[in-house]
Amino acid sequence: MTFSPELEARFADLMTHYPQGRHRGALIPMLMYAQDEVGAITPDLMEELAKRLGITVLQVDEVVGYYSMLHKKPQGKYHVQVCTNVACMLLGGAELYDHACEKLGLGHKQTQASGKFSLEEVECIGACSWAPAIQVNYDFHHEVTTAKLDQILEGLQ
Amino acid sequence: MSNMVKLTINETAVQAPAGTLLIDAAKLAGIEIPAFCYYEGMALQAACRMCLVEVEKAPKLLAACVVPVTEGMVVRTESPAVVKARKTTLEFLLTNHPLDCPVCDKGGECELQDMVFKYGAGESRYTEVKVHVPEKQWSPVVFYDGPRCILCYRCVRVCGEGMGVGALGIVNRGVASEIAPSHGDHLECDECGACIDICPVGALTSGAYRYKTRPWEMEHVGTICTHCSNGCKTTLGVRNNEIVRGNNRDRSGLNGEFLCVKGRYAFDFNHHPERLQTPLLRVNGEMEEVSWSRALQAVVAKFKAGGKAGVIGSSRIANEEAFLLQKFARTVLHTNNIDHHRSGDVVTLLDALSGKTATLGTADDCYNAKAVLIAGADLSQQQPFLANQIRANYRHHKAGVYVATQGAVREDKIAKGVARTSGDCMDAVESLRDKLKSEPELLVLFGDSVKGEGVRKLVAFGESLGIPVKYICLVDYVNSRGAMDMGLLPDLGPGYHAVEGAPGMSLPQMMAATDLDLLWVVGANPLARHKLASDKAFVVVQDMFLTETARRADVVLPAASAYEKNGTVTNVCGQVQRLKRAVETVGAKTDLAIIGLIARGLGVNLGKVDADAVFAEIQKTVRGYNVPLPVIVTGGAAQTMPVNGRVPATVLPELIQSSRDTLFTTGTLTRYSKILNEVLEAPGGLYR
Repeated sequence: MTFSPELEARFADLMTHYPQGRHRGALIPMLMYAQDEVGAITPDLMEELAKRLGITVLQVDEVVGYYSMLHKKPQGKYHVQVCTNVACMLLGGAELYDHACEKLGLGHKQTQASGKFSLEEVECIGACSWAPAIQVNYDFHHEVTTAKLDQILEGLQ
Repeated sequence: MSNMVKLTINETAVQAPAGTLLIDAAKLAGIEIPAFCYYEGMALQAACRMCLVEVEKAPKLLAACVVPVTEGMVVRTESPAVVKARKTTLEFLLTNHPLDCPVCDKGGECELQDMVFKYGAGESRYTEVKVHVPEKQWSPVVFYDGPRCILCYRCVRVCGEGMGVGALGIVNRGVASEIAPSHGDHLECDECGACIDICPVGALTSGAYRYKTRPWEMEHVGTICTHCSNGCKTTLGVRNNEIVRGNNRDRSGLNGEFLCVKGRYAFDFNHHPERLQTPLLRVNGEMEEVSWSRALQAVVAKFKAGGKAGVIGSSRIANEEAFLLQKFARTVLHTNNIDHHRSGDVVTLLDALSGKTATLGTADDCYNAKAVLIAGADLSQQQPFLANQIRANYRHHKAGVYVATQGAVREDKIAKGVARTSGDCMDAVESLRDKLKSEPELLVLFGDSVKGEGVRKLVAFGESLGIPVKYICLVDYVNSRGAMDMGLLPDLGPGYHAVEGAPGMSLPQMMAATDLDLLWVVGANPLARHKLASDKAFVVVQDMFLTETARRADVVLPAASAYEKNGTVTNVCGQVQRLKRAVETVGAKTDLAIIGLIARGLGVNLGKVDADAVFAEIQKTVRGYNVPLPVIVTGGAAQTMPVNGRVPATVLPELIQSSRDTLFTTGTLTRYSKILNEVLEAPGGLYR
């Protein structure tokens, strides 16, 4: 599998951030950068990164499955992630998620035919202090209400 | 000890060496801190939260499995906060657990059951619908039931660290987390089943054992696995005279809880439908089932007739049987034409080491030696337990591992030095000289490509390093070593003494002799690789199955398996262990009993034909076997003494040839083990 020269340069730089023998620590940033370029974490990509870091594909899979920002299928242009874990749930996360489903016409891990929006109900995204929180691509939105959600979604073109 | 730390656990003063984990310090003091994920010898995980304890001045409860003891620490393991935390942890573990204990294989010996019984709450506050996912089959022997899993990572660690395979992982997150196999929907691994054994619940179950019985309905018999030469103790679960399970959870024996696929599952040959249960006699060219007395009469008549006789023993019969067989051949048939399939040059090694002390390695040495050299053997395939010892040695003691082999082996991954060879290994071994020289001591394990002069060269090389060196000569089967020690050799009697008179014919010579009148084969299958030249030879075979050799026989006497007899075997390192009868035979008899019956038919007295009596004779008469009986009787492994003095061998080393079995084969027995065949055909094939 080949990557763009820019991505290869990024990978090369990443390797300098980890001590010898600990390069597997670079897996998460490598996956994130590669996902942005490839569009999803494909089996080929997992195999390639496993080979480069000297780990098994299963070990890559463990990481990919754990983090909600890593996707095996291509997401919409805007990937909306609504947290319904305890802190968010207590402050209306579940209602927010239901609202998003209705608004976008999508269910968990579904993508619009147009490819514009995709939706995912996620576990904790580490924004409990500002619950309920959502994440759209790399942007966080805090203390979201249904009205605020509408506003956010309408602002995305 | 100087570096002792003083602490208080439950108002009791406790001392433990610095660095001890709190959970172990409590255990030393006789205080139980419950845990699922903590497992001695494996990496720390702190995943299950069951071992939470109260430590004074700590802001919250601490996981005792990852906290080292500190001076003056005050710990409470039964305080109300701890009791409540345990109850809650168990309540959480049970939220999606199906509680299908009545049909679960683990029911009755389940750690989750025991914990809930002792520490859990009687009721749950959880009212949601339980998440259920269907059970999956990952290989012929491994099944995974996700909802029962408590995600303790024990299987992941035993597979990665313990076995060095890394075929299991945990994917997804939160409630969707589950164990995943190495290749999508199936496993490509050693199929050793260690993950199943180590599972504290019924999440991983065994294809061989599942839904067969309740654990408390079995009898458990600790005996020695009959397959490779490592001599692992396998505890057989027996129900209604059928072996239904093999494991070693009681950690008895030199292997602790380690077993490979063969020790754990390949007992199934014992109940194969083609097992011979009735003697066969060739009448007018056709094999007929006959009574024992008629078959024995035919054998006795031929033995009385005399002529040129040859005797072939086996690497799988017990020491007592091998000893009695050679005694019979030499004192009754008056011949030295006795041999067996030899798989390692123990004879030359013992000769080369004569006069030296502390030079024979043991299974313990594989775990404790500062450095290990593997010469010409694929250890992980052929000697699974020794390979496991070396991996553990590397993991726990950072042992230097060196590899000199013809092809890539699994030990490469942990090796400090790797050298490849196309010949007898000495070139590769020589290239590692400087590195080996810098080690404080060395254990050398060598396979069948090192034989004859090669062994002498290897020992000379070891001598020249100027460090203490020990050796293990690798052999194939459970009693390959014992067969040699007992004198199933044409030139050497028991204890490697020169035979009286001229040396007899070797196995290939017997097969090639056109004038052989009588061939007596006990537990071996020489016709699988040799042609029997003598058409007139009357062939008597003692075996479990109708092998190639048995098909050529004039009389076939059905023999008991290793799991159906008492006796002793000697492993690759020269350690003597006891075979204990797990099941009764139906129509077969032990080789010992058969030899005794033939002797009685001939009217000769071989002494008392009973495993204990013959072993007593072995102890008295075989060099090196004066081992302490209590060690053996209590299920331990007794080290035989090295032979002190030259070994007057005359036989050519060309005869030495390992069967090169893999993890999933075991000579002729392979074809009678359903499990081994299924595993060989599974999509994973043979994992390296």
